[in-house]
Amino acid sequence: MAEIVLEGVTKRYPDGSLAVRDVNLDIADGEFVILVGPSGCGKSTTLNMIAGLEDITEGTLRIDGKVVNDLAPKERDVAMVFQSYALYPHMSVRENMGFPLRLAKVDKATIDRKVEEAAKVLDLVEFLDRKPSNLSGGQRQRVAMGRAIVRNPKAFLMDEPLSNLDAKLRVQMRTQISRIQRRLGTTTVYVTHDQTEAMTLGDRVVVMRQGVVQQVGTPAELYDMPRNLFVAGFIGSPAMNFVQASLTPDTLRTPLGDLPLDDRMRRELERRDAPRDVIVGLRPEAFEDTSLARDTGGPVITATVDVLESLGSDAYVYFTAEGGPVSTAELDELATDSGLADTGAGGNQQIVARLDAATRAREGQPIELRVDLSKAHVFDPKNGTNLTHPES
Amino acid sequence: MAAAGRSHATRWAIVNVVVVLYALFPVWWIAALSFKDPSTLTDGSYIPTDWTWENYKGIFQTSEFTRALINSIGIALIATAIAVVLGTMAAYAVARLRFPGKQVLIGMSLLIAMFPPISLVSPLFNIERSIGIFDTWPGLIIPYMTFSLPLAIYTLSAFFREIPWDLEKAAKVDGATPAQAFRLVIVPLAAPGVFTTAILVFIFCWNDFLFAISLTSTESARTVPAAIAFFTGSSQFQQPTGSIAAAAVVITVPIIIFVLLFQRRIVAGLTSGAVKG
Repeated sequence: MAEIVLEGVTKRYPDGSLAVRDVNLDIADGEFVILVGPSGCGKSTTLNMIAGLEDITEGTLRIDGKVVNDLAPKERDVAMVFQSYALYPHMSVRENMGFPLRLAKVDKATIDRKVEEAAKVLDLVEFLDRKPSNLSGGQRQRVAMGRAIVRNPKAFLMDEPLSNLDAKLRVQMRTQISRIQRRLGTTTVYVTHDQTEAMTLGDRVVVMRQGVVQQVGTPAELYDMPRNLFVAGFIGSPAMNFVQASLTPDTLRTPLGDLPLDDRMRRELERRDAPRDVIVGLRPEAFEDTSLARDTGGPVITATVDVLESLGSDAYVYFTAEGGPVSTAELDELATDSGLADTGAGGNQQIVARLDAATRAREGQPIELRVDLSKAHVFDPKNGTNLTHPES
Repeated sequence: MAAAGRSHATRWAIVNVVVVLYALFPVWWIAALSFKDPSTLTDGSYIPTDWTWENYKGIFQTSEFTRALINSIGIALIATAIAVVLGTMAAYAVARLRFPGKQVLIGMSLLIAMFPPISLVSPLFNIERSIGIFDTWPGLIIPYMTFSLPLAIYTLSAFFREIPWDLEKAAKVDGATPAQAFRLVIVPLAAPGVFTTAILVFIFCWNDFLFAISLTSTESARTVPAAIAFFTGSSQFQQPTGSIAAAAVVITVPIIIFVLLFQRRIVAGLTSGAVKG
């Protein structure tokens, strides 16, 4: 159990490409930190550097107060769970889980005892003498977890441990990982590309893009106060809606209609000397069906429903905004990563609103929606900064 | 449907029988010759009329053959062991590590494999004589090792590439030194590859005639294929056909045993279940 401190950690490959740039991160003892981002954002490289599987080009890495930059993985006392599980196929489950202890020259009786204990926690007792090839995906995943917890390391490092499981099992294992981590209180760094996993598991989430940390914060902070367009677009499902807007002293002129600025927005936008052309971001739940909610005084827009998806608890209403889709480097990258770029949904900008299931919205019919401006964000299209973020 | 399947199977059976007969006919012929007595040797029959063990008894009575057999076994085993150990390490480096000169190394080993051995016999002969290893075990072990290493590196690196790299990373994080990761995780998984390579290298060393005949001059290092060429009949008018046939059968047997023993290991894919699935 230990804190992990990254100071200016950078990874540059021999060919000059920069995989991770100047990462500063303080991970407290017992904290569960998630590194999240699209593929190629440097999250796995960062994890491998913490594990000692990749060299750190610049910066310092401290585990438990000790600089470990030049220590081999075995001297760092961390355990890792791999996406592929990386179970040793020629060893039984028992041998797999006992392998770290065997290497540490722990006596046989202790190994047996610790393996049995871990197996009980993970519900693996009956499989101890099987080979990994005779286990299901979920069981293999648990063996990989067992191999990590059996030696009581200073930290757990997990590299997309759930992405090879089917959706249902993934949700179950997610809660189990969370439970085990709370019980053991071991510092954990967890890499995933799935923002849902990041939001549900982490004490704090680190969003990365192209090797650079975009924002570090609790899941709620990332959701409610994204620092930039990338974080705003990456966190949340369905994703935040973006529309082009031009800024006048009092209003945001958007294809959806004019949105008057409230005090908070006006103050922040003035402070930062916002440009005329901006991007407005609205979460799906920033819209309300006027016929269902009481009048909060927010601006009302009218839209024609394209598609209605009823989920029972909520209804998603899709409609289009005039004008082409918003395109910036950040949003294009997110679209490519999520596969949206491949769906051919070009043309007009699609907007999704999350409404109460009682909505009377019908496909092809117009609907009046009230916009909650306290949940709106304004971004600078040039660098993606959130111009309405209270701190930055 | 079933009828079609049956005729399909019949066709396959016929093809298989033809291929097997074609492949085994020379083997049967030499075996038959080895069991014939000298008087019926040239009777043109493929089945010996008078079965006899005389030829076998004969070759084991002189040191000419027994000594050569010992040489063959010793030289082939040592050369195989060295080639496999060196080849395993080299193949691992080729498959896993990035180091300057890797392409040159691969190119060089390919070059060695492509050289016609006959072109190297004269220089080797002179080199070995001047450094004093001509007609000794090392005098054959070294060239065998050299010529089988490219083969070993190629087959083994293919096996190493199949082993998920994550396993090695996992071993390192679990507290293994690079040497332990190699020995406890990688080598056991590469075992089928190591056995396959060992068998191929052994067969190469065991069957070689060119080096054996060129780089030896006495019984002290002459291997069986070379020794057979020196067989003489009991008188100068008698052909040593029977003895040669018997010796050929004797040196074929170890290879067959080798392959039968290890074929399951060769075929078994040990890596199943290593990663997802």
